[in-house]
Amino acid sequence: MVRKSIEKIYMVMIFTFLYAPIVTLIIFSFNKNKSRAKWGGFSLKWYESMLSDPSIAKALYYTLIVALLSAIIATIVGTIAAIGISNMRGFYKKTVMNLTYLPVLNPDIVTGIALMLLFIFINLKLGFTSLLLAHITFNIPYVILCVLPKLKQLNKYTYEAALDLGATKSYALTKVILPEIMPGVITGFLLAFTLSLDDFVISYFTTGNGISNLSITIYTMTKRGVKPEINALSTVMFVTVLILLIIINKRIKTDKEAQPHKRI
Amino acid sequence: MKRMFCLLLTLVIASSLFAGCKKDDTVTLNIYNWGDYIDEDVLNTFTEETGIKINYDKFDSNEIMYAKLKSGAQNYDVLFPSDYMIEKLIKEDMLLKIDFNNVPNYRYIEDNFKDLAYDPNNEYSIPYMWGTLGILYNKDFVKEPVDSWDILFDEKYAKNIVMQDSVRDTFAVALKKLKYSLNCIEENKLEEAKQLLINQKPLVSGYVNDQVKDKMVGNEAYLAVVYSGDAIFTKDLNSSLEYVVPKEGSNLWFDGVCIPNTSKHKKEAEMFINFLNRTDIALANVNFIGFSTPHTGVKEQLPNEVINDKAAYPLDEILERCEVFIDLGPEMTKIYNNKWTEIKSE
Repeated sequence: MVRKSIEKIYMVMIFTFLYAPIVTLIIFSFNKNKSRAKWGGFSLKWYESMLSDPSIAKALYYTLIVALLSAIIATIVGTIAAIGISNMRGFYKKTVMNLTYLPVLNPDIVTGIALMLLFIFINLKLGFTSLLLAHITFNIPYVILCVLPKLKQLNKYTYEAALDLGATKSYALTKVILPEIMPGVITGFLLAFTLSLDDFVISYFTTGNGISNLSITIYTMTKRGVKPEINALSTVMFVTVLILLIIINKRIKTDKEAQPHKRI
Repeated sequence: MKRMFCLLLTLVIASSLFAGCKKDDTVTLNIYNWGDYIDEDVLNTFTEETGIKINYDKFDSNEIMYAKLKSGAQNYDVLFPSDYMIEKLIKEDMLLKIDFNNVPNYRYIEDNFKDLAYDPNNEYSIPYMWGTLGILYNKDFVKEPVDSWDILFDEKYAKNIVMQDSVRDTFAVALKKLKYSLNCIEENKLEEAKQLLINQKPLVSGYVNDQVKDKMVGNEAYLAVVYSGDAIFTKDLNSSLEYVVPKEGSNLWFDGVCIPNTSKHKKEAEMFINFLNRTDIALANVNFIGFSTPHTGVKEQLPNEVINDKAAYPLDEILERCEVFIDLGPEMTKIYNNKWTEIKSE
């Protein structure tokens, strides 16, 4: 009994520490006056001025386009890679897995600058393309890591059975394997999308040509102090990411419950 | 059907990769500026008037800007670095000399702000905005008049004083209080300044950079050393705050406009710089940013309460005692840093 209540208190405390600042920010995004300390009544004016600010609107557009495209491409590449990796054995598998983990463990700034130098080296003009490529690059490992466990759960004989029943290899892949691992693929996609929305450092070094996403727009405002519109924008971003994460978590949960008991 | 869809998707993705690789004849200027540091309508006006397109990129610190410029990532044509960064770029031969014949509006720049220490012959840069380092204080808690650095060493305000977490800024406070130059290179004077700061340390509630704004807005401290730009921002949020440039003088900072040597369109860049210094355009930017302007034409049009605001436009006699930071070279920088470490580790 005591232990249970201590656990509860502990959890409430942790969540308070984590979310109090964000809740404050959300509350003050509805504040009538500019201040971040004094409440001046409820108003939606920061949301209005956020939507009418062309630089924020443009940044939002690029953020969403890059997030969507990079998540789609990373999902396709990552899924194929995961299927390949799951069929590897021994030394090769270890090597490829370690290579996959590298971008996950690498500090953002290293990845960002390395990619920037690479793009310059191959003479690719920094801009939308380079930004998109960078986002695909750091998204792929996460997709692989989401899909691999699903492949592990696969009954390895289903594929062979499909072949025995006369399916071509590609047909068996799309009709048998893919539906089985689909939950992992979708989770990977959502995770990639969320990460792409969030990223600042890598985007910063790999963009150019007047293209900037939301995080760059927000970061570079600090010179004159962050405008209240940003509270509104952050609220929108936070809610979006939160919803995505809830969907991801729900998916992972239902996947676990939906797992058939293996009979050997 | 499905196959068609996949094909289409592939095409869309592939074509999006090659979007923006088209060649056209119009000149495009690549401009690299601080975020939120220009009235963006001005950019559209420029394009309408000249037909020159603008690519506008933003940075959030001089150092990050420098990293990206150095890498040759983009051929920037117009750059807005701060004073010490301009000096560094000149030393590394990364800026082009501006042809002032193409910038007739330079005549509007106040004489005080020509030939500054970071660009001694005024060949590479034109001031864009300027400001000072000073004391931000809360009228509700500090009842006496504030006009000198001495108040930061007053026991009355123990634990309610916030200093900058930056070696040059904090030494500037001590050196100016002692009536020395803030670009001082004499060991004994520096030692004196160090002792002063060590003695002050028990009174200081923290050495911070960016959080200083929040601390002052939230009434967590009574006195803080801040840059005038931050002061303007915090005064908007908390009307009890006042900013003052102490009478002993202080640091004067500038953000300038330059043309980096990566530029392929020097003429158009000069056109843009000239355009920025056209009175109506400069006025739009000053109104948008709210910092102090070096532009005499704009000053004539600003309302009196702005021009007479001592925080934004200090009296000439105080300005005369203000100095720009200059790069002291690696040896001296090391000495400063060592003394700063000694202060911090007391």
